[in-house]
Amino acid sequence: MTDTTSETLHDVTVSVNGVRHSATVPARRLLSDFLRHDLELTGTHVGCEHGVCGACTVLVDGAPMRSCLMFAVTAQDHAITTVEGLCSAPDARVAPTGESMNPVQQAFAECHGLQCGFCTPGFLTTVTAYLDENPSPTSEQAREAISGNLCRCTGYQNIVKSVLRAAEIRAERAGSDVTTEEQA
Amino acid sequence: MTTQMFGAPIRRKEDPRLVTGGGRYLDDLGHDALAAAFVRSPHAHARIVDIDASEAIEVEGVVGIYVHEDLPGRVGEPLPLLIPHPTLTHGRTGYALAKDEVNHVGEPIVMVVATDRYIAEDACQRIRVTYDTLPVVVGIEAARSGELLVHDDVPDNVAAHMLQEVGDVDAAMAAAPHTLTLDLDIERSACMPMEGKGVYARWDRDRDELRMYSSTQTSTGVRAAVAAKLGLPLAKVECIAPDVGGGFGVKIVHPWPEEVLVPWAAILLGRPVKWAEDRREHFISAAHERGQLQQVTVGFDDEGHLLALDVKLWHDNGAYTPYGIIVPIITSTQLLGPYKPGTYRCEFWSLYTNTVLVTPYRGAGRPQGCFAMERTMDAIADELGLDRAEVRSRNFILPAEMPWDHGLLFQDGRPLKYDSGDFPASLAKLKQLVGWDDFADYRRQAEAEGRKVGLGIGCYVEGTGVGPYEGGHIQIETSGRVNVSTGLTSQGQGHETVFAQIVAQELGVRMEDVFVTTGDTRKMAYAVGTFASRAAVMSGSAIALAARNVRAKALRIAADALEVSPEDLEIVEGTVRVKGAPATSMSLGTVSVLSNPLRYAFDEAAQAATQFAGTFDPDKPPVADDEEPGLEGKDFYSPTQATFANGMHAAIVETDPVTAEIRILRYCVIHDCGTMINPMIVEGQVHGGVAQGVGGALYERMAYDESGQLLNASFMDFLMPYASEVPTIEADHLETPSPLNPLGIKGAGEAGCIPVSAVIASAIEDAEGFPITRMPISPYDLWELRRRHADGEIPSLHRLSRTSSKEPTA
Amino acid sequence: MKPAPFEHQAPLTVEQAVSVLTEVGYDGKVLAGGQSLIPILNMRLASPGHLVDINRVAGLDTVEVTPDSVRVGALVRHAGLERSESAYAVLPLLRQALVNVAHPAIRNRGTTVGSIAHADAAGEMPAILALTDGVVEVAGPAGSREIAWSDFFLGALETSLAAEELAVAVRFGRFPDGTGTAFTEAARRHGDYAMAGVGVAVTLADGVVSAARASFVSVTDVPSVLDLAPALGGVEPGTSAWDSALDDAAEAVRGHVEPEGDIHASADYRRMLVTELTRRVLPQAADRAGASDD
Repeated sequence: MTDTTSETLHDVTVSVNGVRHSATVPARRLLSDFLRHDLELTGTHVGCEHGVCGACTVLVDGAPMRSCLMFAVTAQDHAITTVEGLCSAPDARVAPTGESMNPVQQAFAECHGLQCGFCTPGFLTTVTAYLDENPSPTSEQAREAISGNLCRCTGYQNIVKSVLRAAEIRAERAGSDVTTEEQA
Repeated sequence: MTTQMFGAPIRRKEDPRLVTGGGRYLDDLGHDALAAAFVRSPHAHARIVDIDASEAIEVEGVVGIYVHEDLPGRVGEPLPLLIPHPTLTHGRTGYALAKDEVNHVGEPIVMVVATDRYIAEDACQRIRVTYDTLPVVVGIEAARSGELLVHDDVPDNVAAHMLQEVGDVDAAMAAAPHTLTLDLDIERSACMPMEGKGVYARWDRDRDELRMYSSTQTSTGVRAAVAAKLGLPLAKVECIAPDVGGGFGVKIVHPWPEEVLVPWAAILLGRPVKWAEDRREHFISAAHERGQLQQVTVGFDDEGHLLALDVKLWHDNGAYTPYGIIVPIITSTQLLGPYKPGTYRCEFWSLYTNTVLVTPYRGAGRPQGCFAMERTMDAIADELGLDRAEVRSRNFILPAEMPWDHGLLFQDGRPLKYDSGDFPASLAKLKQLVGWDDFADYRRQAEAEGRKVGLGIGCYVEGTGVGPYEGGHIQIETSGRVNVSTGLTSQGQGHETVFAQIVAQELGVRMEDVFVTTGDTRKMAYAVGTFASRAAVMSGSAIALAARNVRAKALRIAADALEVSPEDLEIVEGTVRVKGAPATSMSLGTVSVLSNPLRYAFDEAAQAATQFAGTFDPDKPPVADDEEPGLEGKDFYSPTQATFANGMHAAIVETDPVTAEIRILRYCVIHDCGTMINPMIVEGQVHGGVAQGVGGALYERMAYDESGQLLNASFMDFLMPYASEVPTIEADHLETPSPLNPLGIKGAGEAGCIPVSAVIASAIEDAEGFPITRMPISPYDLWELRRRHADGEIPSLHRLSRTSSKEPTA
Repeated sequence: MKPAPFEHQAPLTVEQAVSVLTEVGYDGKVLAGGQSLIPILNMRLASPGHLVDINRVAGLDTVEVTPDSVRVGALVRHAGLERSESAYAVLPLLRQALVNVAHPAIRNRGTTVGSIAHADAAGEMPAILALTDGVVEVAGPAGSREIAWSDFFLGALETSLAAEELAVAVRFGRFPDGTGTAFTEAARRHGDYAMAGVGVAVTLADGVVSAARASFVSVTDVPSVLDLAPALGGVEPGTSAWDSALDDAAEAVRGHVEPEGDIHASADYRRMLVTELTRRVLPQAADRAGASDD
């Protein structure tokens, strides 16, 4: 049993959404809690704290990872992207129109890809990274891409649709004429 | 004319906020709050001998540690039994913190408040509780045997025993040419919203006021419960449901222990306190549902018409009954679905077990009832060698027979009387969609390839929009902004959007000018809550009525100012104008200014309104006796009874001939929830419901061992489906308006999940050729059934002896 | 569900890591990807006093292809190995198995060496180490040593790695030319721990099987390799003899595995399942062997 006196604290500096943030936290501070409670970036949600649900997924150096399965101290000097950092608006909370959202965010809003919205940030980060590598997925591939995240509201069908629509929006914004296959 | 808003697939107003990280869920609030954590019972049944917190007190950062003895007055009394019922003769509820005895693993015993959750958990780990363990009752058979008791003073573990009978069942059964008996079994699952429960409370010393937030489906209910428990005037307690990350029923129960304890501690300590339930806590100390054993005896004639239906249900209600016996009552009434039973008797026993308590989960007893009825329909078809859809249609209540009174009392204590529905039309649509009549060919083809496939069907009727009431309040600001509030809460159903659609349509304003608030007791003190697929029906209707009031008032004021008759006016996109002479107009913002005699020119609308100031009558007061200042309207909707939605689903499944793995190849839905406000949202609700149904049919169960430990209390082992497990859902709609409410709408929230277990069981049975009587079913379960079938323990379906692979047709 | 307190140690070299591990002994746990460890910590099923976080140790993040092995450093993430074209070119079995490890977000963080050191019988990569006749490279206070897979796995979640030792890399052995491999598993949900899984390697010479082996997931308490040559040796895939040889192979598997039942499936079901999976996956491996044998 560890003693009851204060824990060793660590100065952690992480780049989040392009901005350097520092906080002094114990070694056991989960990255999810660090983002949410120390940096007050509450867009990242915590659904299970054992890595299964994917609600807490953030991008670490561009790759989706579970922030509940990382310690803040281990994220030292890495670049994190949260849902707040996906859109181009200076303040994500007031992004009112499609243009200030990234293609994935816009697609989810267009296709009713969310209901309660709690799991959504984890889907958005996952899909954003996925489309960077797979810009024109088929419907089946889109379904597979989201199969590591749990959603209890939507039945996933409109999320699959959102992934395909996001690929279209990306292509439209890039001025390309690449289209994805019709939603099944 | 204003663009049609009502009935259109309008994009949700919520989403720009929610997709950019702007949602504010319970644990996103109160970064300065202390954190609560709980020591919960590791035993399913035990006496608490001693609690030693001496080591925990030393943990730096601990602010308070509380046990039952610390709870004053009503805080320490049993939690309320929310919905009593005459047949609930032995209702029992727990305490906010266990007193002397625990009755399920997870029951809270000690609350620790500390500077953060990590430290609170450190302290919990150091608290030593000594228990005398007691014999444990797990499972319905054990409860039913009554050999061991959950509560010493509840004989045979029976919380409630209820019987309803319509007609002379015994006589009809005796006279029936055919009878069958089915023994059926449905296991537990749970709502499992992605966000657990949570409570955050702040005490304002300067005003002696409590502000609390709860991830709840009823903020008005929580407010009243907490005020009563803490002995506070209602006026000094406010409760707000912030963004809520899913509910599905579990958050309608109130007050949860934490909803009492967290505000109590916040007042005691004079500091904000927060508790955010973690996933393990949600598994073992929230609520489950579904577990029932059922016995159906049915009598029918040669054509498959029902003559007598005699049903016995044994319902597992867990350790306590704070939410009464709503679930088995619903099972026993909604079991009848779209059918005329001839004569009907349903008897149920609601039984205590040493497990997490059972309260409504989406569908709320209907999935079990549908399972019983639909398994029975398939059994009749098999017995008589008839087509399964045909047997169903022969027993349908027909449109001309509406309204149809079953002669039973529904969950709201009112008659079970269907208001509308066109079941034959629904069935025809479903058969068309799934290709019912072509399936025999498909099966032959599949069999030739060595594949096993089956077709299943399930029909249901869902009572939605139960009372007693909801309210709507609408206020138009001088800027033209339309503020709408209703008291019930939102958990993702898109209320901000659909209620705005109603207001936009009724009032003639733009969607973007409408702002909807739900679940905030500061805005609407009288409300019931979000359950029983009631939000659209109840609040939607109330808001429509309120909008009509506001519209009438706006027209009255504008008519006066424009010196025309109200009948000559219309409201288009927020402007009141003369029909046929649109230049003669004023904005609703201006009407709002005119509605208030205190008319400081703070803004442009007020300045513009001065031109309409006109003359006033010095003999009349500025606000007439029958008027109020402000462009506001409020109304309540309170129906005489529920409105009944319905639906029919069909699925094609494939089972692996060797490994017994089960795959859903197609899933088809016909859904009738009356007039749709927003088809996109209705369809989303159907998708989500079906996915939960698929979870309940093929993946989710609560695996208790005999000592009452929940073996799969994690997302690793409680198998909620991912996208990879949910089929693409093909949905179509029928719109049979309800005659009961001003909008013709029926509830849609819960429908999707109701028939899924019945449909999948029907399809697997069809693929395998032997009866499926227990759900959920895993590949392993199916493999075991095949083995028992091969050993002769389970009989084959009759159809196998009549025809090899062809669906018999009538 | 928050972890208990621990001291965070962040060595920068293998030597420092070994020295810290030596100091903290059994009160220490190595943190690499943490995808198996951190859930256990969050649930407080374990509360080590020290976490030796090797994420900043230099030189552990490389995949090297040598003439007889693919060497994977302790900080190579599953996803990194999965994407390595050079590793795939010489040992496609790695990617064939890795795509079954949990979900992509977990593979982006979790390390292959870490999952082998975790020694979960339900893990894919321990079975693959066994199937490839692999070796674990270990650094300890007394210097480096190598542990053959068969000496490494002692029991469920138990290895011969000492508390003061660090697994710095594993080497997966390469198969001879003419070998085809395949991996399959059945899980309740896509990405879950498998109810049963099997990897196979089939070598053809002159069109007939000259060597064949299999290893298993979730049906043996430690990774083990079953020699299928007695069943398949000398048989030409696709012939009528092949079908009965597959039956023999399946029977050999049935006799070899020792599954345990749990809430998801009984021991008997898992035995049936792995037998059937083997039967289904062997032809795939043989096809691939045939393609490379041509």
